[in-house]
Order: sequence, then C-alpha cells, then structure tokens
Amino acid sequence: MQNSDKLVIGGHEFNSRFILGSGKYSLTLIESAVKYAGAEIITLSVRRANTKEHENILDFIPKGVTLLPNTSGARNAQEAVRIARLARELGCGDFVKIEIMRDTKYLLPDNAETVKATEILAKEGFLVMPYMYPDLNTARDLVNAGAVSVMPLASPIGSNKGLATKDFIQILIDEIDLPIIVDAGIGRPSQACEAMEMGAAAVMCNTALATAGDLPVMAEAFRQAVEAGRKAYLSGLGRVLMRGGSPSDTLTGFLHD
Amino acid sequence: MVRVNGENCQADGKTVAEIVLENGYERERVAVELNEKIVSKCDYDSTVVRDGDCIEIVMFMGGG
Repeated sequence: MQNSDKLVIGGHEFNSRFILGSGKYSLTLIESAVKYAGAEIITLSVRRANTKEHENILDFIPKGVTLLPNTSGARNAQEAVRIARLARELGCGDFVKIEIMRDTKYLLPDNAETVKATEILAKEGFLVMPYMYPDLNTARDLVNAGAVSVMPLASPIGSNKGLATKDFIQILIDEIDLPIIVDAGIGRPSQACEAMEMGAAAVMCNTALATAGDLPVMAEAFRQAVEAGRKAYLSGLGRVLMRGGSPSDTLTGFLHD
Repeated sequence: MVRVNGENCQADGKTVAEIVLENGYERERVAVELNEKIVSKCDYDSTVVRDGDCIEIVMFMGGG
C-alpha cells in the first residue's frame, strides 16, 4: 500500500500523511521527531533574526524533508503575503501555509483574509496550503483562489482537544476535491486515527508532541495511528447498526432443535 | 539612524551586506526587507541604507 497510496499536494508526492510542526520544543529533538514520525513535511515560522541565537533550525532538519513555512503572526492578508514572500526569499521552495489570526484568545483563523491571501500568493506561484475554520463556502472559495490543499482546524491551536469540528471537517472531505489536512487541536493518536478514518488526506500536529512526556515515542505513536486510520479508510469501515445487534457467528440452531 | 529589526542603529551609508555581516548572520540563511520591500541577495552589496530606513532581517524558526 505504501508505494501506491501517495499524498499529492500541488503536484508533489509524499508517502507520509503525518505533517510535523517544529515549534515549542528543542532543536535537538527535531531529528528524532522527524524520524519517529516518519514525517516528510515539517512546518516552520518566519521570525526576526536574533543575534543572541546562533543555532539555525535548518541545520537540525534532515535532508529531503519538505519545508512548509507558515505565516503565523499575520493579522490580515497583506501581512501574510509579506511573510510568505520573505519565506520564499529564504530559499526553501514554494510551499506556504497561510495562517491569519486576529484573535489572540482562541487563535481562530480569519477565513475571509485567508481567501484573499491565497488568491494573491497562488497567482505568484506559491503552493498555498491555507489553515482555516472548517466552512464549506470558504473551502470552495479557497479552491477557486488556487489553494493546493485545505487545512481545517480540529479545535483551537495548541489545545489538544481533538476533533471538536468533526462533522464540518467531514463535509469538506466529502465535497472538496483537494487534500483535506486536519491541522490544529489534535492532541492524541486516537484523534489523528479518527481523522484519517474519516478520509482526511493527512494530519498535522505540533503541540501534541511538544507537550508529550516522551516526544519521539509519541511521534511514533502518531505515525502508527495515522497509518492505521488511513488503512481503515481505504479498506472501507464496517457499517453501523442504528438499532439492535447482529451475530458475528453463524447460528447453528442445534440447541433449539 | 536606521531601524534594524526594531532597534535604532548607526548604519547610515552602510550596505545591506555589511549590516547582515555585522549582526553575525549568514546571508544565505536570512531574508531582508528594506522599507517593506524584499532585497534580493544579489543586491545586498549594492543596496545602501539611508537615514530613516527600516530594515527587517528574518530567518526560519520553529513553528506549527
């Protein structure tokens, strides 16, 4: 299955369906996080250079891993476009994850500004992966704006609360032809597995790993969960009975004859 | 005065390449904006900053 079941984003193929964040943990853990997660894509942020820090995160990311810079910190489309252009100038490809937040309490994405930024950046040749609140109309607008995937949130960023928006993510999976990548709020491997069982194309996690007791082991648990969920989805889940039960063994009947 | 990453510096008349070097950054690992416009790496040596200019030097860091 591994070889034929590729995740395709903007014409690029990936075997892994688990996207790794790199925030809030030590740079020295990145290599093992990537390894145990089996990740082929890692997110980064773009920040003011700091003369006090001499280590560069790029030195800690294994070669061959695709970099996905985000626009975190942007409060509107214009700021997101500015960050995206800087990210591309840093010279690590055309992928960008649009992240636009006006609100600092819940960190919810601004869907309208996200559509605007997606349209501008897609025209400039970026491979735009917008983080969004799961809304079908917005997702359709993102498709029309030229996005290469849609990244609905499961629950607020960093909350580890799981699939609070499950039914609305399912609508996106059912109706949108781009890869739906569940991003933000996934806290446990079981939740990642559930998202994959629903038909999500991939899952992205950061805080779930950064706040885990043993990061590499949790990364491996997530990898296995994502793979299990994907296999379950591809195999077709068994049906659910609304009422009653159904025997799983053949009734012999001899005790009653 | 020139503002470099939010701090006032006596950098008038210097090139972007000099400012990047003096702050200890590797030019291959940063991106630079001058007054909110990106300066291409090939223009670092020829771009001179003037009084009142605003420079942002950014790099990749951890993020989700």
